[in-house]
Amino acid sequence: MPVDETVNPVEPFLRSDRMPHIWCPGCGIGTTVNCFARALIESKIDLQSLALVSGIGCTGRVAGYVKLDSFHTTHGRAIPFATGLKLANPKLNVVVYSGDGDLAAIGGNHLIHAARRNIDLKVICVNNLIYAMTGGQTAPTTPGHATTSTNPYGTFEPAFNLPHLVEAAGAVYIARWTTFHVRQLARSMSEAFSKKGFSFIEVISPCPTLYQRRNKMGDGLDTMKYYKEKSKTRHGAPTNEVGLTLNGEIVVGKFVDRDRPDYEAMMRGQYVEALGDRYVECGEMVCS
Amino acid sequence: MKADPRGVLTGVHFIDGDHACCEGALAAGARFAAGYPITPSTEVVERFASRVPTVGGTFIQMEDELAASIALQGAVWGGAKAFTVTSGPGFSLMMEHIGYAAMTETPCVFVNVQRGGPSTGLPTLPAQADMMQARWGSHGDYEVIALCPNSPQECFDLTIKAFNLAEEFRVPVMFMMDEVVGHMTEKVVIPAADEIEVVPRKHTHKSTKEYLPYQTNGNPVPEMAHAGEGYNFHVTGLTHDERGYPNMTPQTQDKLVRRLQSKVRAATDRIAMFEEEHLGDAEVAVVSYGITSRVAQRAVDLARQRGVKVGKLRLITAWPFPENKIKEVASRVKALVVPELNLGQMVREVERAAGGQAKTFAVSHAGGGVHDPQEILRVIEEANQCR
Repeated sequence: MPVDETVNPVEPFLRSDRMPHIWCPGCGIGTTVNCFARALIESKIDLQSLALVSGIGCTGRVAGYVKLDSFHTTHGRAIPFATGLKLANPKLNVVVYSGDGDLAAIGGNHLIHAARRNIDLKVICVNNLIYAMTGGQTAPTTPGHATTSTNPYGTFEPAFNLPHLVEAAGAVYIARWTTFHVRQLARSMSEAFSKKGFSFIEVISPCPTLYQRRNKMGDGLDTMKYYKEKSKTRHGAPTNEVGLTLNGEIVVGKFVDRDRPDYEAMMRGQYVEALGDRYVECGEMVCS
Repeated sequence: MKADPRGVLTGVHFIDGDHACCEGALAAGARFAAGYPITPSTEVVERFASRVPTVGGTFIQMEDELAASIALQGAVWGGAKAFTVTSGPGFSLMMEHIGYAAMTETPCVFVNVQRGGPSTGLPTLPAQADMMQARWGSHGDYEVIALCPNSPQECFDLTIKAFNLAEEFRVPVMFMMDEVVGHMTEKVVIPAADEIEVVPRKHTHKSTKEYLPYQTNGNPVPEMAHAGEGYNFHVTGLTHDERGYPNMTPQTQDKLVRRLQSKVRAATDRIAMFEEEHLGDAEVAVVSYGITSRVAQRAVDLARQRGVKVGKLRLITAWPFPENKIKEVASRVKALVVPELNLGQMVREVERAAGGQAKTFAVSHAGGGVHDPQEILRVIEEANQCR
C-alpha cells in the first residue's frame, strides 16, 4: 500500500474529532497511545474485532481517543467489564488500558483474579507512580520517600512491584518499558496481541505536572534523560528484583513469556469432560 | 419475538422462587450471569451455573459484587442478555454500577433477594427494606424499573418481564424478591417457548457511518450496537453527547439526564402492573407488594368476613411508582393501609401520591419474618374507624 506522507500513520487509529486531548505537556500517556497505534499497524490485528476498555484517571481517558469500540468504565473496574465483554464474545480481542491507581489500588483485586484465571486480556498499565487526575496523591506504586499531596512529608508505605504481583497471580506475558523505549514498547504490545492469556505491560511514564514537579525531577525532557540513563534492559529478570525506587535504576524488558491454558480453554475442557455432548459451546452470544 | 426453546424448561415444576427466577432468566434469553455468593440469593446462580453450559452461555463467579455488577455490563455490550443476583450487602456494593448502567443505557437485570439489614443483618431471613435503595441507591438523578414477585410462579413470569423491560427502555431493572419468596416452593408452570414473548435488543439498523450511539430521533430510547460489529462506538459514564463523547457542560447534562428520567417516567402507566380485589365498594384499601401481599390477603379476607369494606391493591411494579393508580384508589376510599417488611418506605410514596385524599396507615415490621395477619387486620379496623 502506498504511504501517504501527509497523514500521520497513527491518525487513522484516533478519534481526530476529539482532539486536542486532555493530557499535559510532557505527559507520557500520548506516547504510549502512539506506540499502541504502531503496534496495531505492525501486528496487522483485525481492528473490527478489537475493543478497548479503560477505567478512570488520566490513562482512563485513552478509551475516548481511540477509533475502536471503546469503553470508559468505572474506577477500578475495567478488568471485570472486559472479562464480561470477552466471555460474551470470545472472538473479540480485548485490551484494558488504564493507570496504576485504577488497576493496582481500587482495581487491585480484579487484577490478581484476572491473572489467576488467565483470562485472555491484554492489560496496558501506564504507571506514572501517582494519582494524577485528582492532583497528585499517593498511589500504591509511589516509591518510598517520594512526596505527594497526601504524603507531603514523603511516602513511607512500601510500593507494589507490579510485574512481581501479576507473575505470582498467574500472568503469562509480562513486560515493562518506559516511555523512552517507544520501539520496544510497541513490539511488546504487538507480541501481547498474539499471546493467548493474561498479558501485562507496565509502562513507566512521567507526570511532569505532579510527580516530577513535586519531587524536583525536572520537566518531560529531564525525565526522558533519566529514563535513558537509569533504565537497564534485563529480559527474563526475576520479577522480585525489578521493584522501583525514587531516582533509582529502572529494570525494563520482557520478564515473563510462558504458556498455560487460558480461562476459555480451561472452561471448555472441564465442560466437555463433565458434560460430553450435552455441552453447548457458547461462541458469540449476540442476542437478536 | 418468541423465546429460544433451548432455554425454556417447559412443564409443570415444584421449585422455589430462586430456581424459578433462574428459569425465567433462561427463558428470557439471558445467556450470561456474573455473581458472587450471598444468602439467600445464591440458589439462582447455582442453578444457572448448572443449566447454562447445556444451553449455550456462560456463568462466571466473580471476586466480589463490584466485579459481578460490571462484568454483566461488559457482556451486554458484547451482545448477551445478562444479569446478576445478590442480596443486601451485595446490593449495596453494586450501587455504583446501577448508576453506570443507567448512564450508559445498558439493558440488564439486578436480582435482589432481600434479607434483613442494615449491614450483615439477617442473612437467612426476609425483609423488604431495600425498596428505596433500589430506587435511589446510586448517586445522581436516574430512573430504574423495579418489580416485586410474590410467588415462585411470578419469579418465573416477572423475570422474563424484567428482561423485556430492560431491553425496551435500556435501563437496569431491579428484580426485588425477598427471602421467603426466594425459598418458598410452589407449583411453577413453564409454558412452551412459542408462548413466551421476548423483547429483542434494540439493535441499530443504521450503517457504521450513520450510527450515533445516543441519537434518539424522536424515540427517547436510543438504538444499540455491539462491540465487534465495526461501529467503533464509545461508551462512557461521563456526561456525553449523541456521539457518546464526553461533553461536560450544563446544557449536555440537562439534555441527557432529563432524557434518562423521562424515558421511564413518561411510560409509568404503561409499565405499571398491579392486582386489585374488592376495590369496587371498598372504604379501606390495603396496598402491599411482594411476600407481604400474601399475608395482607389473609387480613383482607378476615376483615371482609367481619363486614369491613376493604379491598386490596397489590403493586407488582414498585418503580416507577404507579402514582396515578394510587391517586385514583385514594379518591375512592377513606384510608390506605400499607404493610411492608421495613419501618416505612413505600408507604411514603403512597402517602405522597394519595395527596391527602385518604388517610395513610403504615404497618411496619423490622424484618426477620412476615407480618401476623392479625396485626394488619387490627390496622384495617383502626383505619375503618377514621372519617
